[in-house]
Amino acid sequence: MAENYILECSGISKAFGGTQALKDVQLHIRPGEVHALLGENGAGKSTLMKIIIGLYKQDEGTITWNGKPYQARGPVDAINQGISMIHQELNPEPHLTIAETIFLKRESTVGTFFLNKKEQNRRAEEVLKKFDFPFGPKTMMKDLTLAQVQMIEIIKAVSCDAKLIIMDEPTSSLDSEETEHLFRTIRDLRSKGVAIIYISHRMEEIFEICDRVSVFRDGTYVSSRDMDGVTRDELISMMVGREVKNIFPKVDCPIGKPVFRVEGLTGKGFRDISFEVHAGEILGLSGLVGSGRSETVRAIFGLDPLESGKIYLDGQEIKIKNPRDAIKRGICMVNEDRKGYGLCLQRSIRENISLPNLPEKQAGLLLNQRREKKECQEAAQMLTVKCASIEHTGLSLSGGNQQKVVLAKWIMATPKVLILDEPTRGVDVGAKSDIHTLMCQFAAKGMAVIMISSELPEIMGMSDRILIYHEGRLNGSVDRSEIRGGSVTQKEILEKEFGGK
Amino acid sequence: MAKNDKKVLGMDQDSFRMFMGKYGIGIVLIGMVIIISIMRPRFIQPTNLLNIFTQISINGLIAYGMCLAITTGGIDLSVGSQLALVSCILGQLVGVKNMNMVLSIIIALAVATAFGFLNGVLIAKFDMFPFVVTLSTQLIIRSIAQIISNGQAVSMTSSVFKSIYSGNFLGIPRPIVYLAIVVIIMYIVMHWTRFGRYVYAVGGNVNAAIASGVSVFWTKTLCYTISGLLAGLAGLIFTSKTGAAQANIGVGYETDAVAACVLGGTSFAGGISTAPGVLLGSIIIGCIYNGMNFLRIDSYYQSMTKGIIIICAVLLDMVMNKKNR
Repeated sequence: MAENYILECSGISKAFGGTQALKDVQLHIRPGEVHALLGENGAGKSTLMKIIIGLYKQDEGTITWNGKPYQARGPVDAINQGISMIHQELNPEPHLTIAETIFLKRESTVGTFFLNKKEQNRRAEEVLKKFDFPFGPKTMMKDLTLAQVQMIEIIKAVSCDAKLIIMDEPTSSLDSEETEHLFRTIRDLRSKGVAIIYISHRMEEIFEICDRVSVFRDGTYVSSRDMDGVTRDELISMMVGREVKNIFPKVDCPIGKPVFRVEGLTGKGFRDISFEVHAGEILGLSGLVGSGRSETVRAIFGLDPLESGKIYLDGQEIKIKNPRDAIKRGICMVNEDRKGYGLCLQRSIRENISLPNLPEKQAGLLLNQRREKKECQEAAQMLTVKCASIEHTGLSLSGGNQQKVVLAKWIMATPKVLILDEPTRGVDVGAKSDIHTLMCQFAAKGMAVIMISSELPEIMGMSDRILIYHEGRLNGSVDRSEIRGGSVTQKEILEKEFGGK
Repeated sequence: MAKNDKKVLGMDQDSFRMFMGKYGIGIVLIGMVIIISIMRPRFIQPTNLLNIFTQISINGLIAYGMCLAITTGGIDLSVGSQLALVSCILGQLVGVKNMNMVLSIIIALAVATAFGFLNGVLIAKFDMFPFVVTLSTQLIIRSIAQIISNGQAVSMTSSVFKSIYSGNFLGIPRPIVYLAIVVIIMYIVMHWTRFGRYVYAVGGNVNAAIASGVSVFWTKTLCYTISGLLAGLAGLIFTSKTGAAQANIGVGYETDAVAACVLGGTSFAGGISTAPGVLLGSIIIGCIYNGMNFLRIDSYYQSMTKGIIIICAVLLDMVMNKKNR
């Protein structure tokens, strides 16, 4: 052992049933480094992390932690040994206070049974102060934003004296400012000697924050490199094993008549929003998280009530009371919350795809199951859903493939207006570019596409026109020609998102 | 390299798990039948088998309604008193007022269906907890049954009415025919119709169902309405069986129905159930009653056995369906 590693995983293999999730992989982490873990979904990153924190047990291979053989019996045991994981999907207990969350399972007590709330709040206050957290220890978790909940998770990990923190897609629901804040925290932790395993699909972030990178592909280890002297293209080709030339395969297609128009939409979180979308156009809604983009489209789709404003489809004013009205009119929406609003995971892929499209598959009183099967099969193939059979449940799919199933169900409905809220969040590079290609195909078929994304490059790469939100209002728009011509840059859009003119 | 080499019954462990996960309950049933048959060969004779199916018809009907309620993530505790209500209405209309029998039956079933609809509206429209709603309507319905019967049992001596239960159709006892019809219809409803899909979607992920344009209100309401109707039918058969209309029947029947659903693989988390599973579950419950009588085990032990078997069956199901880790 020439180098000094805090965590050494070697020769790890793990199989689930017949599928080999990990094959002889290694991962070496130095103390105090930010180590990126890259790979498409299904490359085995999550599986390895779950082995490290003791949720799974490896079939073969050894893990050494601080020079000693290591095997966690579960996440709590891992935390006790100094390894914490911050999951991509945070599940805060809404009715606990911040202090109760931080000290969950290791409460300050008087004697053995009675809680010492005062002492606990004092200790919480102390750690919160260290991180300049803007809320006190008695604040309820339900009053925090997602970014703040995540911050609490990090504070919790640090207060448990973690020497290694695993962050799985930590920025997937953060806006640019919150991301910057997170990076400051990460740098701070690094300087204190805490090692961080950073899993992300966002290349820019990895270049910004990470010291080293390990790449996985299809359950195998590809290589580890220092971030200095490695290029983005190299990393991407290591991940997919081929060169990816254009990340945003936007194909321009003729833009037709205006299809969909809203006027003066006002509701919770957004005021006086007016815009129109043409057939064949991809309209990007850009803005910070919480600036009212998702709230607007949720209200358009009938998930939330509108306070005022008018919606026009093909020139006719329409009223949308619930999603059923919207779908009937040909307005479909892929929700940002895939698990919450996207799929019934325990049901089959086929049932999920056909759910909004069942009226068309009716034959008398019954469903025409043969036709349903055939059409779902075709839709799944068109969207390149990777599955053994469409009769398998949604649980058997990776995140990217679940998202494709959500897309499949709306494509089958052949919408006039397709709303995509964060369509590629938490999706691997391959699936991401598949989804981008599909978006262009939809536009080419004459759909009006409205896309929300928190990734500026994605918005700029895919949109024909960009509307910029700032605190619930529109603060300017940008045309594709301006981006192409280079007269508008990321920086300028970002400035508008922050309220600049 | 990481293959599981342990063999169980000639299968490797993973395929054994898959197999048991899918057919475990069926195997439990076969095992039970074999054991009881070895001890009492008469158990397996056709007359006794017909007997068992006749006995389970009432619970089977209730169980299918219960299954719909549980699949949407709820429960229907009011089914037992629905039996009593239907019985008392029949007692008053047919037994006391001598009204036309068909008309009386239609009225009685309509009332039970209406109460099912009421359950559904309260649960779906006002988002109340199904447990609380049906616990309350159970009390209300039972009370109405007692009021209209004034606590008096009415004997139903009409041979036509009694033949609803005791009659035969091509040599098969009528209750079995009713059960078969309901099983077939419920199979079609649950697995071949739009409504069935919506039931599974609402139970599986109510937000995804809403976002896919499913009307949660109508889906849930219809489930409880069907449950009311099926409980009403069960009440009709029960009254015909005993030949007496009384307000104290059906107590605890919801337990057996829930048990049949759970044994049949219906998930209390919602979104998972199958029509054949519920039938299997009902048959197992029937075999427990019938088999224990055959083994001359005191009836006091029957409930205990039922409880133990349900826990074991669910435990088996959990172990078998657990992901390999």
